[in-house]
Amino acid sequence: DQVLHIVPETFQQVQHLQHLCSTLLLDLWKPLLPEDIRTGGDLHIRVPAPLVQEVKDSLNQHMISYKVLVPDVQELVDQSMPRQRSSHRQVSEGYVYTEYHPMEEIYQWMSQIQKSNSELVTQHYLGRTVENRPMYYLQISQPSAKTKKIIWMDCGIHAREWISPAFCQWFVKEILQNYKTDPQISRFLQNLDLYVLPVLNIDGYIYSWEKDRFWRKNRSPHMNGTCYGTDLNRNFNSSWGSLGVSYNCSSEIFCGFGPESEPETRAVAQFIKEKKSDILCYLTIHSYGQYILTPYGSTTEPPSNSEELMQVAEEAAVALMAKYGTKYEVGPTSLILYNNSGSSRDWAHMIGIPFSYTFELRDKGVHGFVLPSDQIQPTCEETM
Amino acid sequence: DISDVGRKYHLDLVLEDVLDKDRTLNCSAEVLYHLGNTNIAPDVQFTLEGELKNSDEADTRFYNWIKSLENELVAENIPDSHGNVSPEMEPIWLLGWVASGYVIWQNSTEDTKFQLAQIKRVKQVKRSDDSLEFDYMILLHEMVSQ
Repeated sequence: DQVLHIVPETFQQVQHLQHLCSTLLLDLWKPLLPEDIRTGGDLHIRVPAPLVQEVKDSLNQHMISYKVLVPDVQELVDQSMPRQRSSHRQVSEGYVYTEYHPMEEIYQWMSQIQKSNSELVTQHYLGRTVENRPMYYLQISQPSAKTKKIIWMDCGIHAREWISPAFCQWFVKEILQNYKTDPQISRFLQNLDLYVLPVLNIDGYIYSWEKDRFWRKNRSPHMNGTCYGTDLNRNFNSSWGSLGVSYNCSSEIFCGFGPESEPETRAVAQFIKEKKSDILCYLTIHSYGQYILTPYGSTTEPPSNSEELMQVAEEAAVALMAKYGTKYEVGPTSLILYNNSGSSRDWAHMIGIPFSYTFELRDKGVHGFVLPSDQIQPTCEETM
Repeated sequence: DISDVGRKYHLDLVLEDVLDKDRTLNCSAEVLYHLGNTNIAPDVQFTLEGELKNSDEADTRFYNWIKSLENELVAENIPDSHGNVSPEMEPIWLLGWVASGYVIWQNSTEDTKFQLAQIKRVKQVKRSDDSLEFDYMILLHEMVSQ
């Protein structure tokens, strides 16, 4: 957001400014009311970020000169308030899993988790995002003579779905805290390796913290930087670009210019392709809706192992409901939700990974994407 | 399917009081989606078994609080990014939620699934009579098109 300083010179300019303020609901800092705007008087208006260009264009069109009094209101706000959260969180013991964390803290958490659990956890580089940030996954693997099958889980493919990365972090914490004492988990780790990618769409996630809480896509620039973002979950090579997508960059379900056009998609796809003969299960975590979705989104044609897929998903839903009564619906996306193509879950199944599921976590729309942090614990516990 | 008219759904549902989860009400409804012209809101008829909870006390408290404010109420981002709604803003949120229900109804078709995502901004409108007026800017999330 910016604050503009304007001194209207003519009555016409005053009228235009009053019109602008009331139609765009601009925040007048000085004077308090539009009716008090007068020629020769100081006008300070706060313009929300998405309207800045439009307002400036309008001022230019009407030959009204302005100065930018405050180029970044958020910066001012931040400076004036002491940050309650230290940037060097103590992790493992001190990490608060019942709060949402910005990406910087998640990066720190990952390296701390590896350090304090080095007998079990290793951090690996997967690739880089559009804005050149490194993507890391955590490998939880009990040393053993035999090669183990892999369960892959990624979170945060869609930026605004904050409960998803929160769940990935919780999941890792639960496993590491309990693997020695919990017989189920310990048996698990004897036979399986867990690969967890806590935030897939890192650029988008950061953008949802800093600029637009409801951002969904990644941050790839299109059309000379006039339009941003590809929906990463429409960008995989599974009937890419056929149904449930848009070819328009400004759409939330823009599938990109080709399958795997995005570096984030390629980083994940490349890795999974390489390891596919060992991957037993592909999980991708989203919100909201309370669903366990099976392939496919691009067709109602059932997958080859549809019965088994459904059975496992139904058992999961029952176990989930046992914790707090939360009801999840189970079934193929194309039948119980909507059509879509290019999803990572469809792609994983198509290349041969037998168990491939999308989880849509809490809730059903009351809070939607802005799930209160006091629901992080129950959501994660039941999903676990 | 009703030829030349549209598609009608008969529903039996249970309503849950947002402010009192143990309180439920049975409801039966008929929803008619009109053929073709998607600019007409679906027809909705419903009957409730029982009565809605009386909210006079809460309404009065809210009314008096707003009336007591020196300046017109202005607020943004309800809930905030972390999903929090301050206790004072709860009635503002609930009001916005109800109002958005109307907007959603007017814009619904058989293929849409809208939810209120957030109240981006609410501004109280000054009035010369005793009524309260609020100007809301809301964000609606549509599930299919996102």
